[in-house]
Amino acid sequence: MSVNLWMQISDYFFNNSNDYWVSVKAHMEISFYALLLSALIGITCGHLCVKHKQYERWIVSLFQVLRIVPSLAVLLLLIPIMGTGTGPAMVALVLLAIPPILMNTVAGLEAVPPFLLEAAYGAGMSDRQVLWKVKFPLAAPIMLTGIKTAAIEIIASATLAAKIGAGGLGGIIFTGLGLNRMDLLLVGGISVAMLSVAAGLSFDLTDRFLFKYKFVRK
Amino acid sequence: MSLTAIEFNNVSKKYSQSGDYVVDHVSLSIYEGEFVTILGSSGSGKTTLLKMINRLYEPNEGTIKLFGEDITTVDPVKVRRRIGYVIQQVGLFPHMTIAQNVAIVPKLLKWNKSKISTRVDELLSLVGLEPQEFRNRYPSQLSGGQQQRIGLARALATDPKIMLLDEPFGAIDAINRLNLQDELLRIHGGLKKTFLFVTHDINEAFKLGTRVMIMNKGRICQFDTPSHIVKNPADDFVSSLIYSSREQERFWEGLD
Ligand SMILES: Nc1ncnc2c1ncn2[C@@H]1O[C@H](COP(=O)(O)OP(=O)(O)OP(=O)(O)O)[C@@H](O)[C@H]1O
Ligand SMILES: [Mg+2]
Repeated sequence: MSVNLWMQISDYFFNNSNDYWVSVKAHMEISFYALLLSALIGITCGHLCVKHKQYERWIVSLFQVLRIVPSLAVLLLLIPIMGTGTGPAMVALVLLAIPPILMNTVAGLEAVPPFLLEAAYGAGMSDRQVLWKVKFPLAAPIMLTGIKTAAIEIIASATLAAKIGAGGLGGIIFTGLGLNRMDLLLVGGISVAMLSVAAGLSFDLTDRFLFKYKFVRK
Repeated sequence: MSLTAIEFNNVSKKYSQSGDYVVDHVSLSIYEGEFVTILGSSGSGKTTLLKMINRLYEPNEGTIKLFGEDITTVDPVKVRRRIGYVIQQVGLFPHMTIAQNVAIVPKLLKWNKSKISTRVDELLSLVGLEPQEFRNRYPSQLSGGQQQRIGLARALATDPKIMLLDEPFGAIDAINRLNLQDELLRIHGGLKKTFLFVTHDINEAFKLGTRVMIMNKGRICQFDTPSHIVKNPADDFVSSLIYSSREQERFWEGLD
């Protein structure tokens, strides 16, 4: 049985390596753009939350509610509005990924000690300069953790996007389910898992590289 | 007569509507070239007084003038770039190296790179830290006293005419402290610079200050030269301060 399964898997790669790489690429692309968009929206909203405290409750709860709705449901709900394809899949992924980025941006910005802001203003920085030279850099490690969480969620959920025709590794899995083919399920599933792990690792490396000051020996 | 560098006119500050005045109807004039030290019990409003000068806080009442100019009419960013400020909590930026920390104001003023780097080395040597060794370290790799010296170097970077120093030597050992005091006197250099220096060390206050300001509960008890204060303490608080310092002296003599 298991020997047979290995044969099937190697057959799959022998015959469909092109399709496989197209799926991997599509999966990475859709994940990347979804992450980019959710980071833009999440960071902007997070910054607004901290700047205008009175909106914080509204913005945070809005995205929290949207997050509770399962991604598959969002995907299916979007079909009547946006049809099928990459568009609605992107919307669902972005909605899913905003909350961790938003929450960590808020947490990171709020963790900047007030006396450092006074030191920055005291040195003659404008609001903008304080934001870009002090607040964001100091919040960045926590923000990056949020982005990493979001990336992993996106990569996992992008699998579902194939259901509405957005392509990606989900396609292989759904075909496997339809044809009852264990080999395809394994190929798809393991590839998604590997992508997530790789994304997680590269965020950890980025963290070490960008925020050296956190790792210097004392 | 020299120019009036800093002038307070009936300035008051409180942090809440119902609370007490933290700075209570203070009027004073500080002339260009003075080295004013500020002494006072904890919570007497020293830091608040300093922060109103560079507009980190706005007074509830009264006006503050720098060289005759009402500071509320000037963009706060401009006011602050003219003033060197050492904050009580040191406040080095943990994500910047020592060189980047010291270079903050010159960079805001868009000095060119080589001028900045020469100046950084000069300042590090000035505060007694070897540039080669410290330039590329992060603040977390320095001791508390070394961090304070960087805080001082950062504030001195553009050689500002007015310096606000909030307990800049609090964490520095006695020997280095004496050196830094002498260095600071040399930087002050007599006529053109105006320093406001908060300290809890009465010896430091009387050694460095051309005039000493003694604060208690938001009010200025006495603001005079060291010798006048010692000869004619204005009230019980000032007397007790001098008395406590004398007590210490007696303790030392007793050990001899
Ligand atoms: N941002 C603030 N909000 C509310 N109250 C404040 C604030 N800053 C200072 N205070 C209060 O104002 C009073 C004076 O504080 P300030 O920091 O000016 O004292 P200080 O003389 O510098 O004391 P220390 O010697 O301990 O530094 C204190 O009672 C303090 O609790
Ligand atoms: Mg203070």
